[in-house]
Amino acid sequence: MKTEDLITMLAAGAGAVETPAAAQRYALAIGWGAAGATLLMLALLQVRHDIGHALLLPMFWVKVGFVVCLAAASLFAVLRLSRPGAKIHWVPVALGLPVLGMWAIAAFTLIEAEPMERSKLLFGDTWKSCPLLIAMLSVPVFATVLRSMSDLAPTRPRLAGFAAGLLAGSVAAVVYCLHCPELGAPFIGFWYLLGILIPAAGGVLLGNSMLRW
Amino acid sequence: MQRINREESFRAKEERLKDLFVRGLSGNNAAYQTFLGELSSYLRAFLRKRLIRLPDEVEDLVQEALLAVHNQRHTYDPSQPLSAWVQAIARYKLVDLFRRRAIYEQRNDTLDDGMDLFSSADAEAAEARRDLNKLLADLPDHFRLPIMHTKLEGLSVREAADLSGMSESAIKVGVHRGLKALAAKIRGAL
Repeated sequence: MKTEDLITMLAAGAGAVETPAAAQRYALAIGWGAAGATLLMLALLQVRHDIGHALLLPMFWVKVGFVVCLAAASLFAVLRLSRPGAKIHWVPVALGLPVLGMWAIAAFTLIEAEPMERSKLLFGDTWKSCPLLIAMLSVPVFATVLRSMSDLAPTRPRLAGFAAGLLAGSVAAVVYCLHCPELGAPFIGFWYLLGILIPAAGGVLLGNSMLRW
Repeated sequence: MQRINREESFRAKEERLKDLFVRGLSGNNAAYQTFLGELSSYLRAFLRKRLIRLPDEVEDLVQEALLAVHNQRHTYDPSQPLSAWVQAIARYKLVDLFRRRAIYEQRNDTLDDGMDLFSSADAEAAEARRDLNKLLADLPDHFRLPIMHTKLEGLSVREAADLSGMSESAIKVGVHRGLKALAAKIRGAL
């Protein structure tokens, strides 16, 4: 086929493009994914029994704020990376700020704490399960977000997959906050982040194979 | 002075192509066809400069990039420079070709402000080596028939639906997914 004929073919009956904006697609994907993650959490983990008490603690909201900020920053990254030619200059800053903030609080807590308490602050009671549970809860959001992303046009598939994994991990972490009994900043700054990075690492591999067009 | 002229001419091209493209996106097929035609010259020059060692691949890649622009046109945001969007697609297809052929050339190409693509045009199409007609013919019927009827024979969606016994929405979906399947076939993924 000659290029000229291809152009004629592509333009023939092309019509208006009426597709929902990328932001809308992702909102829907995150909504469904978060619902799936919540169901998983309720079925397998249950909400922490003293949630009413936890809601009154400032540190609970710092924790929720941390993962919500991460989710927002990775959503921003996902949106940018889904569109060819979009700039991602300050995405690393948006992602880095909540992490640095949490690390600052963690460092402060550790310095203030009695030497004997420090390892308790870092390891809590659940460090063995926390990252894996967050990774497990990220699966539904990961699936819906990757699906939406493959309808768009990421020109950097590995990086886009990484951002999709971060988004899935941090939304899962928001849901996990309802179950998790830990409130130590060092714990959150390390094990939560690790849990979020597991799907992100998976995203690099999946992006490379699934997000090509 | 020369720099100013270059920027002015770039801006004029950007405005003209963007106007054609945006009109195309809102349903003006004639504007869309003009857009694709003019874009193909820029794509050809852009890719030819970068495929000096693979001159035979140029026209195939021009076609692949045009198909990608078409299939992904819903990702364009009119607040964004068109040149940046198109150039990112062309570059992606170029890198994908290198990746597929496992040629990783050391390219000192840091100028990525989206002004490269419109800097030169090449209207001389070489013969494409890959025949898209053949790839089209290999698509399954629920993709092939909608594309054939509406895109090659110029029938309306309704006429194509009557002729093929498919529903009108199946025709529309078939065209959309079929062209994506065609792109996948080109990449050897199908």
